[in-house]
Amino acid sequence: MLETFLSSFATLLTVQHLMFMTIGVVLGLVVGILPALGGIAGMSLLLPFIYGMDPTSAVAMMIGLLAILPTSDTFSSILMGIPGSSASQATVLDGFPLAKKGEAARALSAAFSASMVGGMFGAIALTGVVLIARPLILSFSSAELFMLAIFGLSMVGVLSGSNLGKGLAACALGLILGTIGTAPAAGGERMSFDSLYLISGLELVIVGLGIFALPEIVDLLRSNQSISSTGKLGSGWFQGVRDTWNSRWLALRCSGLGALIGMIPGLGGSVVDWLAYGHAVQTTKGKTEFGQGDIRGVIAPESANNACAGGALIPTLLFGIPGSGSMAIFLAAMILIGLQPGPAMADPARDLDLTYTIIWTLAIANVVGTALCIILSPWVAKLTTIKYTIFAPFMIVVISFGAFQATRSFNDMLALLAIGLIGIFLKRFGWPRPAFLIGFVLATQVETYFYQAVQFYGYGFPLRPLALAIGVLTVLSVWFGTRKRPGDVAAASVSSEGDAEQAQAKNLMPQIVFTVIVGGLFVYAFFDSWELASFLDKVFPMSVAVVGLIACLVVGLPQLRAQKKISGGGAIAGGSANFDMDANMTDGGPWRFVFWLVGFVGLIGLLGYFLALIVFFMTFTRAVAKTSWLTSAVLTAGAAAMIMVLTWALNMQMPYGLLQEYFYDSLVWPFR
Amino acid sequence: MTRIDRRKFLAASAATVAAASFGLPKAFAQDSVDFAGETIEWWIPFSEGGGSDVWARFMAPYLAKHLPGQPNVIVRNVPGGGSITGTNEFVARARPDGLSLLGTSGSTQFPFLLGDTRVRYDYAKLIPVLVSPTGGVAYLPASLGVADASELSKIGDQELVYASQGATSLDLVPLLAFRLLGLNVRHVFGMTGRGDGRLAFERGEATIDYQTSSAYLTNVEPLVEAGTAVPIFSWGVLDTEGNVQRDPTFPDLPHFVEALEMATGAIPDSVEFDAYMAFFGSGFAAQKPAMLPEGTPENIVAAYRQAFADAAADPDLQAAKGEILGEYEQAVGDGVQTLYEVATTIDPEAREWVREFLMSEYQVQL
Repeated sequence: MLETFLSSFATLLTVQHLMFMTIGVVLGLVVGILPALGGIAGMSLLLPFIYGMDPTSAVAMMIGLLAILPTSDTFSSILMGIPGSSASQATVLDGFPLAKKGEAARALSAAFSASMVGGMFGAIALTGVVLIARPLILSFSSAELFMLAIFGLSMVGVLSGSNLGKGLAACALGLILGTIGTAPAAGGERMSFDSLYLISGLELVIVGLGIFALPEIVDLLRSNQSISSTGKLGSGWFQGVRDTWNSRWLALRCSGLGALIGMIPGLGGSVVDWLAYGHAVQTTKGKTEFGQGDIRGVIAPESANNACAGGALIPTLLFGIPGSGSMAIFLAAMILIGLQPGPAMADPARDLDLTYTIIWTLAIANVVGTALCIILSPWVAKLTTIKYTIFAPFMIVVISFGAFQATRSFNDMLALLAIGLIGIFLKRFGWPRPAFLIGFVLATQVETYFYQAVQFYGYGFPLRPLALAIGVLTVLSVWFGTRKRPGDVAAASVSSEGDAEQAQAKNLMPQIVFTVIVGGLFVYAFFDSWELASFLDKVFPMSVAVVGLIACLVVGLPQLRAQKKISGGGAIAGGSANFDMDANMTDGGPWRFVFWLVGFVGLIGLLGYFLALIVFFMTFTRAVAKTSWLTSAVLTAGAAAMIMVLTWALNMQMPYGLLQEYFYDSLVWPFR
Repeated sequence: MTRIDRRKFLAASAATVAAASFGLPKAFAQDSVDFAGETIEWWIPFSEGGGSDVWARFMAPYLAKHLPGQPNVIVRNVPGGGSITGTNEFVARARPDGLSLLGTSGSTQFPFLLGDTRVRYDYAKLIPVLVSPTGGVAYLPASLGVADASELSKIGDQELVYASQGATSLDLVPLLAFRLLGLNVRHVFGMTGRGDGRLAFERGEATIDYQTSSAYLTNVEPLVEAGTAVPIFSWGVLDTEGNVQRDPTFPDLPHFVEALEMATGAIPDSVEFDAYMAFFGSGFAAQKPAMLPEGTPENIVAAYRQAFADAAADPDLQAAKGEILGEYEQAVGDGVQTLYEVATTIDPEAREWVREFLMSEYQVQL
């Protein structure tokens, strides 16, 4: 054993190994800072170079990249309100409000130090756990995974803000959108409208961007200022580190949670940030401002997602089962360089030294990555002081680029736009978007694992000891979260959707219409599933539709009553059900900017992505940002160059428009 | 050894002759092909990191090395729609100039064979230049007390559980195979890969499983050595005449048709068996074909076939292939056509039977 340790350590400290690791770290930093580009894009960039490299250098490079991504993607989550990847969606909830308040520096340094804690904790834990990981992983069957998914759903309670009805309705909406596509049991197609694009379901990347990023962009454009409302970054670098130190136990708990979830194949990194966030909300004592810039809302998910990245290596290495898209590419790369993951990776007589090299590279890369992020952040953070009308077109282009990574088709753009519209309305009417995302992320897991658990163990599956333990934990955490403590004004909750008092509307019609439309969607989903041949395929969407419809009634009835009262001359009413951020707007609403987005997508459909980008960029900078022709040309050239480099490096085809459809042969790259 | 369905084989041969006689323009036959300075795009209708992606990325540099002019060969992933989308797009867009190549997998062939209406590609029109086989081994828990296929009757009516990726996925092959063996198997669907099935087996949830050859060697052989699992049969491979042969990776293990004979005493002459053979060919024995678009000039086709033949014989490739290509002989040169036909054709009667069977047993609407 000692020999194994020493031999891994010797490999670790060679100059060559550290050099390749640093290359990976630097690339990961760039990919991470660009919003919406995550592990899959980063690993895809590396893949062509891996083949033919010496195995340990290749592994060092990949681990360097994987280690820094959950750290560097924090930049866009905190500074721009755009989830840097699916593992840092929850960071947006409090990180972005902090940046808006001008506390970007503090939020970033807290996030980075928490990330490092998580990364280091993950590596240390893995060193010990790798030997007993097999039985641990095997003890989580479909029954336990289902209970874990329910644990995740139970977080909706604390993520619902002041109105549980809206929380449940939003969650059900997420769940129902998550059932689109081929059903897990008999393969029936649900709400796919016979389209090939929809049979594999909506992509999480697109849903995350649509739900969080587009509404933020539109709102920031409307406010017509820089992201940081004070125009400052703040100087809280040390404050941030102190914050992490003050919340050290929270950070460690979330790291443990992250490492465990990462280690169990089947749940995946997109849930872990929400679990950690919900945990922070439930267990934090004293006055909290979750959803409006509570630093603990940054520390919890950031420590968890780094630990998760480490944990995810275990099933990949020991079972050859990748838990995420980036792990799938990591696995493929290992096979390409002649390494076959499997039980031998935990065998001291065989490849255990390689496993340890990987784990410790992860630890070192985390430290190097954190240092680089801290060094870079003052410059990156300056972005938040730029006038947003200049910044926004870049964001729109980068987001659309990130979205079409999913299937590389024009349909990705349409899906992004549609989800973005849902996001805008959820935000406007105070339906908690976190609850929606939790539902979407867990839809497949809840359905698949329930069906499998029943098939394997019968309906008594929740009585399996570990499943039962998770069930008890779920009940406890819900009780813990809803209990009012002495001195607390209200139970722990998150107000992610703004100030309720300014949003009481005199005219509730827009809200009522929205509630009715969502309710109608549930009705549609119910009858769509009704048509399916297999009972197993329809039972889940139909149940969700019923729950969603009831929740819509809970939301809609008070709204109707309030409207009636107001139109009868009464005072503004409706409690938390009455919420409309645009109730007192004076700027004509978001439509002007939604129109720009629609225009951009329409242009892509006509001219293809690249030409559309150029036209959109020139027009937007001239018409909205009111820059000079020269500035506008320079900005456009910059954006075009960035996209050209990315598509070239990833060897991607940009989405086609009608132009390419008919004149493909007479066009040259990048126009085709 | 067993002959693959006779009618199908004759049809395949006829198609080959037809394609050779008037399907391809002959005018260019004498022109030399030179790809110097060109970039060849190898379309893969799956995302990065999948089996087909690894296969193409492994082969690409050897293809580049052996094509005239040593062009640059890059892999282009066009994922989505269970690989139907990318393949449809290739058929619609790719020009027959030798600069676009398509690699598909059993998951792309199955919807075509089953008659999925969204399929816009016709394998009969694409021109194969390489076919890569793959294989796998089915195994049982040792606790069942079955030592080999001849003792399968010991299981009797006891229900076995198989963790499946879906009735129309590649797991259709084991579904049909277990049925032919007369086993009473419950298929639990919704697994995201064969790895999930292996975990279910190790947990004791699943009581019958198969793994592809490389996964079997690394992950299941330790279980066999520990005495908890027993291999029953391999899927086997097809020789150039379309006969099922033992898997070269597992020469001591009977292939499925042998196992079927050991278990039931005879090889059935039924539509069910025809259906099995079609999907077995498409899902394993000829799983991954590389194809040029319809109408590609004969000299380009010849250049590609020669390049893949040279690549497969390249000592560097042989040294590096490891478990990516395994021990399987790559179908290259003129040997490619027969195997390709086997992978991409199905008797209409067998197709109809499978469709009805999937509908009545598993409520699959096709």
